[in-house]
Amino acid sequence: MIGTSWGGLDALSRLLGGLHDDVHQPIVVAQHRSAESEELVLGQLLQHHTRRVVGDPDDKTPLERDHVYIGPPDYHLLIEDGHLALSTDAPVQFARPSIDVLFESAADAYRERAVGIVLTGANSDGAQGLARIKDKGGVAIVQDPATSERRTMPDAAIAATVADAVLKLDEIPAFLYGLCYEVAA
Amino acid sequence: MAASESMVPPPVAGGDAAREELEQIEVDLLLEAVFRRYGFDFREYAPASLKRRLWRRMSAEGLKTISQLQDRLLHDPPAMERLLLDLSINVTSMFRDPSFYVAFREQVVPALHTYPFTRIWCAGCSTGEEVYSLAILLQEEDLYERTRIYATDINEQVLDTARAGVFPLDKMKQYTQNYIRAGGKREFSEYYVAAYDGARFSRSLTENVVFAQHNLASDRAFNEFNVILCRNVMIYFDKTLQNRVHKLFHESLDTFGILALGHKESVLFTAFADSYEPIDAAERIYRKTK
Repeated sequence: MIGTSWGGLDALSRLLGGLHDDVHQPIVVAQHRSAESEELVLGQLLQHHTRRVVGDPDDKTPLERDHVYIGPPDYHLLIEDGHLALSTDAPVQFARPSIDVLFESAADAYRERAVGIVLTGANSDGAQGLARIKDKGGVAIVQDPATSERRTMPDAAIAATVADAVLKLDEIPAFLYGLCYEVAA
Repeated sequence: MAASESMVPPPVAGGDAAREELEQIEVDLLLEAVFRRYGFDFREYAPASLKRRLWRRMSAEGLKTISQLQDRLLHDPPAMERLLLDLSINVTSMFRDPSFYVAFREQVVPALHTYPFTRIWCAGCSTGEEVYSLAILLQEEDLYERTRIYATDINEQVLDTARAGVFPLDKMKQYTQNYIRAGGKREFSEYYVAAYDGARFSRSLTENVVFAQHNLASDRAFNEFNVILCRNVMIYFDKTLQNRVHKLFHESLDTFGILALGHKESVLFTAFADSYEPIDAAERIYRKTK
């Protein structure tokens, strides 16, 4: 699970671009954007940076290996057992999709197997959700605020929970690779 | 491939059974209690959003656990009414997804012109934004006089809001923009008058609308329809309930009847994938074929 806002496109491109092909877990992204934004553009831009299939999920889309799912504008994106779910409930902290909503649902559905990553952003969405992932035994990763385009979101996440790792963008792929193969061992 | 699969198993929910979710137990018991006490069945609602809504009610009531909320719901019916509102209000706006209304004008309206009379079901109409949007569209397409819209919802209280047709004045700027992008043919402000902080919509828009209580989770078909609109309602249901509602819609639609879903809903993941063909795939407008 990745949550990001201001500066997110560039950060996501670099993260996905650097991620090893042997990391197969589905990746779900909540990126703040306006309700009117062209929903397909973000996915197309990201597709240039990864061999994973960048998907444009519907309600109840099953989670598949080697896929990246991007929350559509003007919906909350949630995770349930094995599939995605959507809601049009009121924005949370002015955001829909809200990172907190995504992370909290992931924490509930996948508990210690959920990995939350908070990247650059200009508000504090995601902090509470990351804390919940951590509470349920999952892994919390935060982009190093000093190297984030906007540091408000990483700072808030670090204040809200004890992150397992605070990393520069380029260090995150290797950390994820390590996580996957530790889990397997 | 096989090697990597064994090294990296796909994620599975749950895990350690000993920690099996105290909260999940509480949620299950609460839903069972609500069903047995009040007859409202939320047991097949999509769990993630349902839990969020329960948490919200729990903290709004100043309570600390879902069990405490259950206790209050059982002994204090007004608390149940508040929860019912939380669970049944689907937040929407007038002309949400303007491109849908453009497609409806272009792809559905011509067919409706060939019918002497059209029955439309707005299922799960909540506070009525979509009903009024549709009524405006039908008026502008000279179809309204020979149309009846059945607007149903599980909750009487939201139906009262829908009947009143008063929406927050501060939304009118956004709704006007939506209306224009939806292909509106007049001035949006012709349809309402400002009254206090509300925009009161013209009574003529509800002349041919029947508002009625209907529970998609438990009630049966009640009429035959040419068009069923159910946008962003079933996203709150789990797959079992979605399939049951699709069965209800399938039974309620005439041959070649039209089913319109939300932008991110599909018949593909349901048992009725083969019963429809898309009229406009992107806008999720389908025609019943068998």
